[in-house]
Amino acid sequence: MSRNARINGLLLLAVAALAVLPLVLGLGDHKEEPFTGADGEAETAITEIDPDYEPWFSPLYEPPSGEIESALFSLQAAIGAGALAYYFGLRRGRRQGEERASARSRDAAGAAGGDVAAGADTGAGAGGDGAASGSRD
Amino acid sequence: MHIAEGFLPPAHAVAWGVASAPFVVHGARSLTREVREHPESTLLLGASGAFAFVLSALKLPSVTGSCSHPTGTGLGAVLFRPPVMAVLGTITLLFQALLLAHGGLTTLGANVFSMAIVGPWAGYGVYRLLRRYDVPLMVSVFSAAFVADLSTYCVTSVQLALAFPDPGSGFLGALGKFGSIFAVTQIPLAVSEGLLTVLVMRMLVQSSRGELTRLGVLVTSATGRKRAESAGAVSR
Repeated sequence: MSRNARINGLLLLAVAALAVLPLVLGLGDHKEEPFTGADGEAETAITEIDPDYEPWFSPLYEPPSGEIESALFSLQAAIGAGALAYYFGLRRGRRQGEERASARSRDAAGAAGGDVAAGADTGAGAGGDGAASGSRD
Repeated sequence: MHIAEGFLPPAHAVAWGVASAPFVVHGARSLTREVREHPESTLLLGASGAFAFVLSALKLPSVTGSCSHPTGTGLGAVLFRPPVMAVLGTITLLFQALLLAHGGLTTLGANVFSMAIVGPWAGYGVYRLLRRYDVPLMVSVFSAAFVADLSTYCVTSVQLALAFPDPGSGFLGALGKFGSIFAVTQIPLAVSEGLLTVLVMRMLVQSSRGELTRLGVLVTSATGRKRAESAGAVSR
């Protein structure tokens, strides 16, 4: 388990390093405006190739400022990250509940005679009560 | 990889839209079929879409001194096959076109073609090929995400070069120009996307073993033997 966590941590660290290194090494220094978006650079390249080209359609809605735009980008990331976190949280909770329930029914079956042990166990957690009481009867 | 609103001549915009539409319609069908036949997979479908949503909002600096973003379509392509990603990718692109003025409605067809169609199919193809030769799962997943990401940006470069060939050096000259803007910038980002996809897949292997087995990503010993047998039959 801890080996697993370590590998996951290393993966995240590698991604962070890939993002930070270009900044630390100053790889944008040769540009007038470092670290602009590639999409914008492509627009510039289009106007270089074909100076007469006029975009024939403009966005229906344009964020009025850079702040609003970054807010909407964060919203997009937050929606996605929230949904992912919900998924993994739900899975983890379900798995724990199942494990607890099966452990509980095993305990209850093992201590069929000893009511004291089963009683003490019921007080311990809330997860698998239904399954535990079902198997005790 | 977003071609900005109005930045493709009308003929090109229409052509890419026509090329993309059947894939999205077919994808919508397979998505509804998947949900109807396996309602329990809705959650994982949502998670795959969410992954594309997060990753395409992450603008990361790259070695060329400019910023770009991953696409996040490789994961869903490996899990649910590419048609489903045609839909989930289109939803992401629509959100960005309508709210962020990033990409556009007239260029939606072209952007869908690169990010939601070619990317997932290329990544999935590589994944299947590597798995056939028993390359380890995580190596295959990394390669799928890397290829899905990079091929998306290569297609964007081709699309722009087709629309705006260089007056002197023609299509190839323009391809070099757009390729150096998009594809080169994208290489380290594709590595990042590969690593993040492996991370999520590792978490899925821990948390959703049953689901991954049903989808054929994880192979139980029984199906593994069956597959080995049928492979032996084919080679014989």
